Amino acid sequence: MIEFFTTTNLGIALLILGQSLLIVVPLLVALAFLLWGDRKVWAAVQLRKGPNVVGAFGLLQSFADFVKYILKEIVIPDGADRFVFLLAPMITFVLAMMAWAVIPFNEGWVLADINVAILFVFAVSSLEVYGVIMGGWASNSKYPFLGALRSAAQMISYEVSLGLIIIGIIISTGSMNFGDIVMAQEGPGGALNWYWIPHFPMVFLFLISSMAETNRPPFDLPEAESELVAGYQVEYSSTPFLLYMIGEYVAIVLMCALISILFFGGWLSPVAAIPDSIFWLLGKIVFFFFIFAMTKAIVPRYRYDQLMRIGWKVFLPMSLAWVVLVAFFAQYGAFWGTYARWAVGGG
Amino acid sequence: MDELLRNYLPLVIFLGLAIALGLVFIVAAAVLAVRNPDPEKNSAYECGFNAFDDARMKFDVRFYLVAILFIIFDLEIAFLFPWAVAFKDVGLIGFWSMMVFLAVLTIGFAYEWKKGALEWE
Repeated sequence: MIEFFTTTNLGIALLILGQSLLIVVPLLVALAFLLWGDRKVWAAVQLRKGPNVVGAFGLLQSFADFVKYILKEIVIPDGADRFVFLLAPMITFVLAMMAWAVIPFNEGWVLADINVAILFVFAVSSLEVYGVIMGGWASNSKYPFLGALRSAAQMISYEVSLGLIIIGIIISTGSMNFGDIVMAQEGPGGALNWYWIPHFPMVFLFLISSMAETNRPPFDLPEAESELVAGYQVEYSSTPFLLYMIGEYVAIVLMCALISILFFGGWLSPVAAIPDSIFWLLGKIVFFFFIFAMTKAIVPRYRYDQLMRIGWKVFLPMSLAWVVLVAFFAQYGAFWGTYARWAVGGG
Repeated sequence: MDELLRNYLPLVIFLGLAIALGLVFIVAAAVLAVRNPDPEKNSAYECGFNAFDDARMKFDVRFYLVAILFIIFDLEIAFLFPWAVAFKDVGLIGFWSMMVFLAVLTIGFAYEWKKGALEWE
């Protein structure tokens, strides 16, 4: 039986399919509760109750919403390009999911252990802009069109600094594999060994850039309801809209996972005495999701020119300078080799 | 199965799974939901009155500018990725040649800044 799954081609394919389901299903279920948590946090900040009817404490609200989405009519505007209109949310959803194939959940617990994992995530999240721009164009309506333009410009602007921050991490690790990046942060110091100390300023840049990259408040200008109604999603209803929403939230959770893995040691325990486990990674992801939710609740929206200015004139020069700085530190072994972990045995 | 296929096959299967899941969602709504089309419902949303013309109109040239700047910097990042991975192997020559490259790029960036390409009014 075991041989069937490890030697025959069909068996291997089935095993991989099973592993994929093991990632996708818990991810979507967790997402339902994270969405609920997001709304609860938002409500609590505004002294409201939030969802509290479906299930205990409203815990099943997201599932009720899901049923509602499925039972709603798909309205496609007359002037829309029907194929592209339906393709766009699919692209957003599929690409957001794809990145999870290379995320390690524990030592060796990774579906596709490729050596260019971080480049893959970067490439996939670059492509996500197509979902937005195709949706806005296909709708053939003014608000989606303007929203898509804004969104595309915003997403590509912040991607540049995200890429540069990642370069700094790769220089320190000497590998693009997530497993290697996490293992390079292991050490007797526990949390003091993680990359958040040597790459400290970049933690904040990464956090803010990832909020802008995922069109999350305070940078939700593509869907600023006071100006653009709902941006590129105006004409969407029913499950195409649901796909956009799931795609957006999956991308947000992915960003939380990336911050946890790149800067906060992934599944490593902060204290050396406590064993490492997947629960550390999940806890870190939930913590960063909480920060995303709080930011949404308490920070007012940026103006578009401010957004572009901070992206190109502040974040880009800072992250570029940081790459140069890290390269110098790594080359000349500054700070006892903290920036060159491949030299001291890590990676 | 050879090593390369074993590494990348999961991505293909995962892609298939994600596409299937998305299709299931869309088809489920198409099958289950009531369809009741109406000219008003199917017209493009424009704050209550009929759309004047095609929405795919001219737009600000600055969006093109941002896209071009993005291509320049993203290409630069694409150059940096292999360099960063091979950092320990390329030695001093590799290190300094990349620093020169980055310096040239920074001059270009400063020029763009001075020219006002990054301004949004």
